[in-house]
Amino acid sequence: MRVALFATCLADQLFPQVAVSSVKILRHLGVKVDFPDKQTCCGQPAYNAGYHKETKEIAEHHLNVFEGYDYVVLPSGSCGAMVKTHYPELFSEAPELYRRSRDLSERTYELTTFITEILGKQDIGSNLQGKRVTYHDSCHAMRFMQVKEAPRTLLTAAGAELIETEGHDVCCGFGGLFSVKMPDISSAMGRAKLVGIQAAQAEVLTSTDGGCLMQLIGTMKRNNVSLEVKHVAELLWEGIERQQVLA
Amino acid sequence: MEVTTQNFKDNVKESLKDTQLQTALQRATKSFIGRRKTAVASLENFEALRDYCGAIKAHTLSYLDYYLEQLTTQIEKRGGQVHFAHDGEEANRIIVDLAKAKNVKTAIKSKSMVSEETHLNDALEQNDIIPIETDLGEYILQIDGDVPSHIIAPVLHRTREYITKLFHEKLGTSPDATPSELTKAARKVLREGFLNADMGISGVNFAVAETGTVVLVENEGNIRFTTSMPRIHVAVMGLEKVIPRLKDLPAFLSVLPRSATGQKATSYVSVITGAKREGDPEGPDEFHLVIIDSGRSSVLADPKLRDALRCIRCGACLNFCPVYQNVGGHAYGWVYPGPIGAILDPGLLGLEKTTSLPQASSLCGACGEVCPVKIPIPDLLIEHRKRSVERGLTPSAEKAGIGAFAFMAKHPTVWDVSTKIGRYGSKFLSRDGFLEGNWIPVLKEWLRERDFQSPAKKSFRDMWKDGIS
Repeated sequence: MRVALFATCLADQLFPQVAVSSVKILRHLGVKVDFPDKQTCCGQPAYNAGYHKETKEIAEHHLNVFEGYDYVVLPSGSCGAMVKTHYPELFSEAPELYRRSRDLSERTYELTTFITEILGKQDIGSNLQGKRVTYHDSCHAMRFMQVKEAPRTLLTAAGAELIETEGHDVCCGFGGLFSVKMPDISSAMGRAKLVGIQAAQAEVLTSTDGGCLMQLIGTMKRNNVSLEVKHVAELLWEGIERQQVLA
Repeated sequence: MEVTTQNFKDNVKESLKDTQLQTALQRATKSFIGRRKTAVASLENFEALRDYCGAIKAHTLSYLDYYLEQLTTQIEKRGGQVHFAHDGEEANRIIVDLAKAKNVKTAIKSKSMVSEETHLNDALEQNDIIPIETDLGEYILQIDGDVPSHIIAPVLHRTREYITKLFHEKLGTSPDATPSELTKAARKVLREGFLNADMGISGVNFAVAETGTVVLVENEGNIRFTTSMPRIHVAVMGLEKVIPRLKDLPAFLSVLPRSATGQKATSYVSVITGAKREGDPEGPDEFHLVIIDSGRSSVLADPKLRDALRCIRCGACLNFCPVYQNVGGHAYGWVYPGPIGAILDPGLLGLEKTTSLPQASSLCGACGEVCPVKIPIPDLLIEHRKRSVERGLTPSAEKAGIGAFAFMAKHPTVWDVSTKIGRYGSKFLSRDGFLEGNWIPVLKEWLRERDFQSPAKKSFRDMWKDGIS
């Protein structure tokens, strides 16, 4: 099984530990992971802003980089949705690129779903016993990638106490370029999101997406809310290390 | 309703500062969301009904000429009159002329969003015909000189505290009157109107082509009054309100109230097929249907945007939209706010005037998920953004920025070098792990009300090169 990691630009530049944890988890589960180093960005910022000519060029590069792998795994639902749903739409009138994007679409998996569905694992030897965790559903993971159960399953199997907050499925306000094109609304949405999160009284806030984490971390900092924020990959790997120490 | 869609960004600032509005929005949308969830759960085949209703609407739009003709024939067969209006002005003229010809002094009105588009009340007043809004929400707006902010709950932007004060000032009710006392006070005024009006003007929820029937759903009973008491009933609708058959109606009556108010059914459903017939104990002498185009046929002719005309005006996309929840309806600057407005208004008013609306979305997808006729709202938002780019309506700096970004993304070496430079530069802006740089374009927008975590010292790709153990 040839598996490539698509780190995503956010994890690559801002949260490298997310990509590191993803690699370590996959290796821990016996998967040999490759990191094709010509990878850049999926093109979602350009796509959502309406620059589709530019997006097609980026998408074609992405198709080339991940050619030949059985699976492309990424620690994000949002970049995943871009590749899975929007690439084929973009190339609907270019038969060969359409075929290739459909093919990549079927091979692309968000990390937690890859673990539960393709590897068929729930208990991955992670120990989060006693951790009070609240999970934020990234909109794109939840609505366009159907990633809802997988992260919850892995966290609970690791023994974490999962606290569902009011508004766990409401957008954090990030929205890519929306966050800087409409900063007033985007920030207000971020603050609204904090209300439910604070009420949960969890120790850790987690999610599948770096974009949401960036927004939530920045909003918390400005509003003096202190809560540990970790990508679900980081959290699960932390639990695996803990288990290894205990064993 | 005046068009202020161009001022969206300023409108937003005002809305976010308005604490009364914020309280009202939170209370109302939260309650709508909760009630919809329960009502939807009560129906096993809700998803199938959404598919069905979406398909019926899509089909009707594809053959709209046929169904409009059928609707007209059926209404005329029963003695009703159908008027086609190219735009709002023509629609108003038709109604005003009719009112004048029939010596109408007072017209009672039930809620109609399309009449907000046409400024019907202004047209009536200018011709010495008194319009009285009879929907409680619309009545509140009328005495307050205000405009609706939500498709089904027009006065959603006001708290009950505000309305208590308003009624105290305008109707002399007690300063601490209960909602039920306020309703009674309005009812007393409206009852007079119902009994004395010469014309009743209503909207239309569904117009059934097969039978020439107009269907109206409501909870207050004022529509039943409006359409049956005065001697003339005028119904106004946008040309997309048609459904083919009466047997299609139950599906729509299942999804509409559940999506709108979270009810299994509304208190009243009026199914009106023409005016009073011989032997009928009550009902108006005349029935008129005014069918308004006002830009709709150009949306219909646009295969990518056509789906927006499926809308049955339930307002669910507004209630579930985190943008609407924060800014309310007035910020959007026209009759149709929220996600549906952001895709429909550019079609009806032109993208030039409404460029900001499709940008006002994080593309979270909540709207598309709840739409009872499955309009792909997020896709249409992106379509409008794409057209904005194609027509040069986006800022040139943005275009240049995206161009540079795309160039980097296509060239891994350039990407690698530029991100390295970016991370190196960010070191000088970094304090305690967060960036300070509110003089830097783009970043300064982010930093106004949030902080930004500094980029990592070492990128993942560099870590990979060094080996991950």
